[in-house]
Amino acid sequence: MERSFVAKNPSVLVFLAILSLFTLGVTVLSEGFGIGVISTSFVKTLGKTLCLCLIAVAMDLVWGFTGILSLGHFAFFGLGGYMIGMWLMYERTRLIVVESLSQAEIPPTPSEVVDAIGTQIFGVVGSSDFPLIWAFSHSLTLQLILVVLVPGLLALIFGWLAFRSRVTGVYLSILTQAMTLALALYLFQNDSGLRGNNGLSGLQNLPGVTASQDVVSIWFLWASALALGLGYMLAAWVVSGKFGSVIRGIRDNEARVRFLGYSVEVYKLAVFTLTACIAAIAGALYYPQAGIINPEEMAPIASIYLAVWVAIGGRGRLYGAVIGAAFVSLLSTWFTGGQAPDIPLGFYTIKWVDWWQVLLGVSFVLVTLFAPKGIGGLFDLWTNRRAPQRHGAPLGPDDSALREKEATE
Amino acid sequence: MSTLLEVSGVSVTFDGFRAINNLSFQIGEAELRAVIGPNGAGKTAFMDIVTGKTRPDEGRVIWGEKSVSLLRMSEAKIAQAGVGRKFQKPTVFEDQSVRENLLMALKNKRGWLAVLFYRPTNSDLDKVKELAEEIGLKDELDRKSGELSHGQKQWLEIGMLLAQEPRLLLVDEPAAGMTPQEREHTTDLLVQAAKTRAVVVVEHDMEFVRRLNCKVTVLHEGSVLAEGSLDHVTSNQDVIDVYLGR
Amino acid sequence: MLRLFLAGLAILCACLTANAQEAGLQPILQEHQEIIAKSSRKTIGPAIDAIASSGLPQAQVMLETWAAKDVWMRKSDGLFFAGKKAEGRSYELTDFDTGEVVGTYQKSDLKQLKPNSGIRAMIGTALVQFQLTDSDRAKRLAALTSIQRDPEGALLEPLRASIEDEPDADLKAQKQRLERLLTIGYDEDTAARVAAIEEMSDDLSVDVRAALNPLVVTKREAGTDLPSDANIATILDPGSEALSRDEAYDLLVANDLAAPRTSPDDIRAALAANIDGGRVWGISVAQLNSDATRAQAYAVLAEAGLVPALIADADIDTALETHVFFETYSEPSPEVTAAAEKALGQIELKVGLNQTLDLTLDAISLASIYFLAAIGLAITFGVMGVINMAHGEFIMMGAYTGYVVQQFIPDHTLSIIVAIPMAFAVTFAMGVAMERLVIRWLYSRPLETLLATFGISIALQQLAKNIFGTQARPLTAPGWLDGAWVLNDVVSISYIRIAIFVLAMIFLGLFLYIMKRTRLGLEMRAVTQNPRMAGSMGINPGRVNMLTFGLGSGIAGIAGVAIGLFAKVTSDLGSDYIVQSFMTVVVGGVGNIWGALAGAGMIGFLQKGIEWMNPSNTLAAQTYMIIFIIIFIQFRPRGIIALKGRAAGD
Repeated sequence: MERSFVAKNPSVLVFLAILSLFTLGVTVLSEGFGIGVISTSFVKTLGKTLCLCLIAVAMDLVWGFTGILSLGHFAFFGLGGYMIGMWLMYERTRLIVVESLSQAEIPPTPSEVVDAIGTQIFGVVGSSDFPLIWAFSHSLTLQLILVVLVPGLLALIFGWLAFRSRVTGVYLSILTQAMTLALALYLFQNDSGLRGNNGLSGLQNLPGVTASQDVVSIWFLWASALALGLGYMLAAWVVSGKFGSVIRGIRDNEARVRFLGYSVEVYKLAVFTLTACIAAIAGALYYPQAGIINPEEMAPIASIYLAVWVAIGGRGRLYGAVIGAAFVSLLSTWFTGGQAPDIPLGFYTIKWVDWWQVLLGVSFVLVTLFAPKGIGGLFDLWTNRRAPQRHGAPLGPDDSALREKEATE
Repeated sequence: MSTLLEVSGVSVTFDGFRAINNLSFQIGEAELRAVIGPNGAGKTAFMDIVTGKTRPDEGRVIWGEKSVSLLRMSEAKIAQAGVGRKFQKPTVFEDQSVRENLLMALKNKRGWLAVLFYRPTNSDLDKVKELAEEIGLKDELDRKSGELSHGQKQWLEIGMLLAQEPRLLLVDEPAAGMTPQEREHTTDLLVQAAKTRAVVVVEHDMEFVRRLNCKVTVLHEGSVLAEGSLDHVTSNQDVIDVYLGR
Repeated sequence: MLRLFLAGLAILCACLTANAQEAGLQPILQEHQEIIAKSSRKTIGPAIDAIASSGLPQAQVMLETWAAKDVWMRKSDGLFFAGKKAEGRSYELTDFDTGEVVGTYQKSDLKQLKPNSGIRAMIGTALVQFQLTDSDRAKRLAALTSIQRDPEGALLEPLRASIEDEPDADLKAQKQRLERLLTIGYDEDTAARVAAIEEMSDDLSVDVRAALNPLVVTKREAGTDLPSDANIATILDPGSEALSRDEAYDLLVANDLAAPRTSPDDIRAALAANIDGGRVWGISVAQLNSDATRAQAYAVLAEAGLVPALIADADIDTALETHVFFETYSEPSPEVTAAAEKALGQIELKVGLNQTLDLTLDAISLASIYFLAAIGLAITFGVMGVINMAHGEFIMMGAYTGYVVQQFIPDHTLSIIVAIPMAFAVTFAMGVAMERLVIRWLYSRPLETLLATFGISIALQQLAKNIFGTQARPLTAPGWLDGAWVLNDVVSISYIRIAIFVLAMIFLGLFLYIMKRTRLGLEMRAVTQNPRMAGSMGINPGRVNMLTFGLGSGIAGIAGVAIGLFAKVTSDLGSDYIVQSFMTVVVGGVGNIWGALAGAGMIGFLQKGIEWMNPSNTLAAQTYMIIFIIIFIQFRPRGIIALKGRAAGD
């Protein structure tokens, strides 16, 4: 009976093998380290996609396994990006400022350097003072800790408030969406301390690194692949044991788990916070590759797209989330990048830049209606795994059961 | 025999409707008790109060030797204190195997960190096997519980309750929708369980109650109408008027 | 007739006061002949005053002519006449006093008076007193307006003089009011001013505040002693909240009472100017990277007498101790300033009360917008329990329907009347189709309904973008909805907002009527409470669900028309409202129209309240509001008006 974790989860091994092969392949084909078949910008796209896959894993954990449809995980993703972006921007500006001030007749004092950095960074929002939240931006270590700490704390506080008042189902979804909206609106202000809608920019330049973007992009690809691999293993480990049993139980019947003596709120909170941290790490790796972060990225719509990826990929299975995120986001890049060929209908030409969203929306409806298992469901056909004959509710909390119960009471 | 659970003077109102009205109820350790009453008598509401799902407007619910009040505890805490509950509809985790269901219910640490790092020990697995045997699901351990028949699910749920090793078992209509053989098996399970713990069975079926052969409490309009042996209460005129006679 | 009478009166007065004027205007003009001919703004004053105060009726004519650049001087004798262009380069001159034509002269014999704009303004002021008594009501009104716009002490007397004989009651009231305001500002008698201030202290209008505010303007000053002649408002203590020590010292520096401090930049510049071979008086430049060494180097420079010495903290302390700091009123009379402060205090209180009223109106109007946006949702989400993320897009479709209708029907009133049922029809059909095709299959899976409807939402949004483009489309309100209902200078509300409030109330009534009084409402309630039971009683749950959903969607469409009237119609219109709409329903309590009303009210008032506390920042207001709602749900998870039994998602 007692088998090792990997033996019980062969899919993890397969996944890690594919991920390594992919990373190796891209490295060999890249401009920085290999024969240059894949352009640097596409390497960046792939690296970013890996980060999106990581947050999709987090989303799958919180939604597919625990049944909390969070529409706020992109807020944590963005916060992670902001946290690392603060250091990147501060440090890079500092180097530039020190460089330019060294030309002056008199060497600058430390406070003059800080003032000059402040003017550089906050000039666009008509300020030059460092807000309190930038207190740690000079230290990479502290800021890296904040990457996990800030979104984690936000998730902890929000989750604690939401779960302890037993907000569930769609209500929770709307509440998380409201949280995301509140955060995005807050960051849009110029006096939020994070440069308002200008966001943080120039993040692709690593301070003190002279290597070209060709090389840096590969570094980030490796880092993203490593993070995805570790995140995937962590998620697989979490869901494999009794903890996985409990959270799936919470997804299917919260009250029953409670009467078994498990404190449902604590479990939800743990998963919510853990996934928020994973999302934040994904964001911290994503935005240096994107080069810029602004509050737009954290708008509620982004989190909903995340749900779309996971749903299309197939929730309740980790590889489904990864496939969904990779598939949909790459396809989306292809379509919106103008690379997809237009379809002339004679009277009207379908330009995919305009119609991709429509296609995505409609296909999403179709997936929800006809293929609730998403792309991952195709693997069931392949492995010939029989779907369980379940008489009860399908995945997710079930309202009709409640109504049935009321009818009988 | 010491008192395990004492409910006294409990009332609860839903939207102006008094579901429980000054209800008092006691049960000792290792006692089997059947609760009967017409629909709307407050049987389910009574269970909700004891398990912490519903907070009463007034009254006390005292538990165990240390006489702790259950009213301030969460459902999970109450369950951890040793109150197990079986719902009317069989509610097992259909997406998970019988073994996973039982393992989840098995008495162990319930904290999230402990659960996260928990890996089943051999004794745990043995216990699961024993339980499975007891509830007749020994061969179904690796099947998804959603694939089981209705009766099997009921047993699995009882098995999960037993795995919790509660000191008080609240069972809501366990025999509903069962074949006569299955009923017999269920009766045996309950009687067996009541030897080591308190069991409260809510049931409509008089035959079933008779077979349990225990003290009976009759609820009516949210309070106790009569209490005693089945013969005693069935001869009570009030009981006949409000329940049996109708 | 009246003019004659007034002219006679004026002449009479003039006769009594001065006999020199008997001769008419020309002598007066001649008296100031030189400066009139010179036409310089600096010197012309006495001449205009003399003309204006002559009391002669022809003075007005003369001034008007002058302002119109039609006064000519005869070079031969220096007399002034009104000139009118005659044939060729000749002008026909008219005497001001007699009104008779004195003859036609060549341009070369004449000199035209060309008053510049400064002089014309002065003439205008002088003319006002004549216009105040003009027989033409419009002219008198124009004169009043010009005084209001540009009050001046000189106008007080003519204004007062004109009040008594003002025949028009309305204008008379205006004149009296203006007289009070001018008295406040310009009367020489302090008691009269105080009286006027007290009289006006219960008036909310902007002009009263505009008259009072200059009286209480203060200026910060510093000196060794308090001046005895100044009207001192407050004495300031350096280091207090009103005046920090730095500000106090800067004030001394500004008044030349203390030496300026040397800023870090100055130090740097001074050091940079004294670099000599990589060293500043013995300290190497490389060491100057901290404030301490810089101060040291600067001190060395100061000792050498190259730069002024640094101001030490002790110097500042002494300077602050030996001086007093105070605020003085620019108005010299303490009685007036005290009365003005008191009056402003009273007015402020009243203004505050009225602002609260205004804010309340604003909040009600915002609440009705939210209510309107949420009422459809209260049906689909609240009653049916179907979460429709495309609800916002239905609102958008309604607004676009309004826009399209306006393209065909140019009359705005008619087009709105047509657009409302059209929008209902379009979104009703859309809602029915959506229910049939998508939602029907997902009734037991609310989270998936959320996702599927979200898919529809992004598809619809992009479709709207493809059809109508990304720029905002106008949906113009009919003319009779323009403008605002003005209660006073503080409280006003635009008609369009009143219309939206009325519309919201109509919808509330309609909703209640449908739910409580119609067969459809009964079936709706039956189906939502227990579909199977309803089905077994002969109700077709599928049909009822379809109609209910269609109804909710249709109302969203009408709300879209209303919202489109004041918001920009873009494809994002709906998504701007969707979160607030859901919040409204959730906060209010699901399954209850009164809950939606309460929720909309709460959110509207809350948002306006927060905006009022922090008016510069509506973004922050929304943030705080959402945070508040999240916390609110802690205490009332089922909303303000909670139904027991069927809990929030429980």
